[in-house]
Amino acid sequence: MPFIAELVISVLIVIGGIFLLIGSYGMIKLRELLPRLHAPTKSTTVGVGAILIASMLFFWIERGHFTIHELLITLFLFLTAPITANLIAKAYLLRNVDPAKDLPPSGQGEGWATFDPVGPDGYDPSEEYNPEKD
Amino acid sequence: MIEYALNFGFICVALGLLMNLWRLAKGPTIADRVLAVDTMAINAIALLVLYGISRATSMYFEAALLFAMFGFVSTVAYCKFVLRGDIIE
Repeated sequence: MPFIAELVISVLIVIGGIFLLIGSYGMIKLRELLPRLHAPTKSTTVGVGAILIASMLFFWIERGHFTIHELLITLFLFLTAPITANLIAKAYLLRNVDPAKDLPPSGQGEGWATFDPVGPDGYDPSEEYNPEKD
Repeated sequence: MIEYALNFGFICVALGLLMNLWRLAKGPTIADRVLAVDTMAINAIALLVLYGISRATSMYFEAALLFAMFGFVSTVAYCKFVLRGDIIE
């Protein structure tokens, strides 16, 4: 194997390893889930991408013929990473975030929303609309 | 020279997997644990590809591809379960 090929493959492996380490360090460094969601994107794109390019070059020089089937993994990870992040964020927002908690007090009996399930004096607006009553 | 780079890569991925395991054990919410498992799947893909380079065989490529696909499917399934209370409606 020529020296320049070894050098390029080694540099790509080292870059990939460093980015995978950074992406995983973000998992323990960042303080809560929504900042933490963007840490693994480094390991998804640059880390695994560089290691797969290194593997592609290595087998090209080792075997003599060029294949791009390692790019399938990169393509699949590029396609699926946003969907994964979106679903994890949705699950987190459903379970752990109360949107009314961070609002300042509205200064009146009811909250900021125009629709309150139970009004100021025990009035329940869900009684007003009942399609099965008629 | 590739051997040194591969050793460095193995060490980096192993440390990353340990950090993800710590987050998986500690993570305050369910979404943290799902994210930790998803990142562990990505690190496992990188580990398989590095092992394939060090053994000079492309046998581990299919395993890496399967890890990519099933990591995604399992993450989506768990998030759908948390969101909807059911996976296939």
